[in-house]
Amino acid sequence: MNGAATFTAASFFMKVTESDIQTVASLSRLKIRPDESARVISQLNEILTYVDNLNKIDTTNIQPTTYALPMQNVFRADIVKPSLNRELALSNAPLQEDGYFKVPRVLEE
Amino acid sequence: MNLYEMTAHELHELLAAKKISATELTENLLARIDERESEIGAYLEVTRAQALDAAKKVDAKISAGETLAPLEGIPCAIKDNICTMGVKTTCASKILENFVPPYDATVIKKLFAQNPILLGKLNMDEFAMGGSTENSAYHLTKNPWDTSRVPGGSSGGSAAAVASGEAIFALGSDTGGSIRQPASFCGVVGLKPTYGRVSRYGLVAFASSLDQIGPLTRDVTDCALVLNAICGLDEMDSTSTAAPVPDFTKSLTADVKGLKIGLPKEYFVAGMDREVEDAVISASEVFEKLGAKIVEISLPHTEFAISTYYIIAPAEAATNLERYDGVSYGARVDGVDVVDMMTNTRTEKFGEEVKRRIMIGNYALSAGYYDAYYLKALKVRTLIQKDFTDAFENVDLVLTPTTPNAAFRLGEMVNNPLQMYLQDICTVPTNLAGLPGISIPCGFTKDYLPIGVQLIGRALDEETILRAAFTYEQAQNSGNKIPKP
Repeated sequence: MNGAATFTAASFFMKVTESDIQTVASLSRLKIRPDESARVISQLNEILTYVDNLNKIDTTNIQPTTYALPMQNVFRADIVKPSLNRELALSNAPLQEDGYFKVPRVLEE
Repeated sequence: MNLYEMTAHELHELLAAKKISATELTENLLARIDERESEIGAYLEVTRAQALDAAKKVDAKISAGETLAPLEGIPCAIKDNICTMGVKTTCASKILENFVPPYDATVIKKLFAQNPILLGKLNMDEFAMGGSTENSAYHLTKNPWDTSRVPGGSSGGSAAAVASGEAIFALGSDTGGSIRQPASFCGVVGLKPTYGRVSRYGLVAFASSLDQIGPLTRDVTDCALVLNAICGLDEMDSTSTAAPVPDFTKSLTADVKGLKIGLPKEYFVAGMDREVEDAVISASEVFEKLGAKIVEISLPHTEFAISTYYIIAPAEAATNLERYDGVSYGARVDGVDVVDMMTNTRTEKFGEEVKRRIMIGNYALSAGYYDAYYLKALKVRTLIQKDFTDAFENVDLVLTPTTPNAAFRLGEMVNNPLQMYLQDICTVPTNLAGLPGISIPCGFTKDYLPIGVQLIGRALDEETILRAAFTYEQAQNSGNKIPKP
């Protein structure tokens, strides 16, 4: 498929624009480089245009399904059981100090 | 026959009769890995020293005259999204490049209670997102039947290892076909259990309402043996089911007389490869000859399954993957503040397909689009599930192709995500409906690429699937076909 042609054709029916992409990227804690954005927009538009076929179905009065099998709350007695110790829990930390995860400063002094 | 070409149940007999030792068997598999791995690339890590240590322990049990569990001493390998304590679990992602789980997944605890030999961790599409294993951040895996082709995905390493003689069996995971499609492409048996059958605790989450762990094996008997080891309720996974777990080897009887098998017309559509269609129709004729009744059925919402799946799965993935923030585990890329650090980490360490799905997911979940995309997809999911419920009032099994075509060429679809998604048409409905499905080999194309037939059963009825699959395998002698060399 010709990538440039796809983009031009898709741009007539743009579902997501450059500004939408930047918003979604920011919500996702991702950065889209300027040289990537045309391709990302084109691919997302193609996918979102495809999934529009769901609008062909009338779903009035249809209940949503989040889990295929019946699910219910699972309870257990509130008893402390063994769990990961601090050393193991910290063993994969990118940065730690005094038994804590360490991150860049969040609040200004 | 070389040891690495045999099934787990055959090797169990040899071990129990003291005709071979677990060490000899493990060395045989490690030598096979040395011979084939540079070409196949199934593994992300081979745990050689640990494997030989484990084999020694099994040999001590054999010498002491102890009874061996069915999988005891059998060399296996695990998809790299299943947590193995002390052994790196990367999900084929740079963001988990150095992640060493401080705990075992429940399936690992259950499986290794039988002391199989862990040979290593297997390649996959990053975070199980993909159908070709080309989305691995590390390297490609090649199809052992034709190394210019993909092994399928996302459990491509699992299928390729079993097909190439680099593991006797493997565990994979299946969110939209990720066990069955690579099993089909590599000519092995792959089963996705009913949602809830197998605990997901310690499976790195992709789409929590769809993910299931399952076996990839050389034949149906091995599939039943591995399934026996991994199923069951787990208090660490609130979605695991309390339904009783049968002994699945009891289902290994060659008898399909009176079984009603439905062929959904929507799965035999234009654009499907002719050779695949012919092989799958032939498979249904074999069942008919063996005494099953074949009926045409309709699953009318099938054409909407891809859209439904590619909204729900990315939405769940976007949420699940929020945890990769560079704070408590995984990679970190520094930034001027916390948000900048998180953004840099995710931008640099996630691959392109993972980022694409996170963005689709967050778009579908965002204010103004939630009803139009996510809620709509959940409602269509209800209709897709109802299609199956209605069908299973009249039939015991549904028979379909596993994939619309045999293994495609490396690089053929990497630049066209939508085309890659459309490949999943035969497998995603099963996940959306939470049903069990198996892919078993049913022939070859003229280029000698394996073709798979899929059998879908009622919820929690893996037994009928296994019985039918076993009956077919016995009649056709289609089990355990491994490519040369």
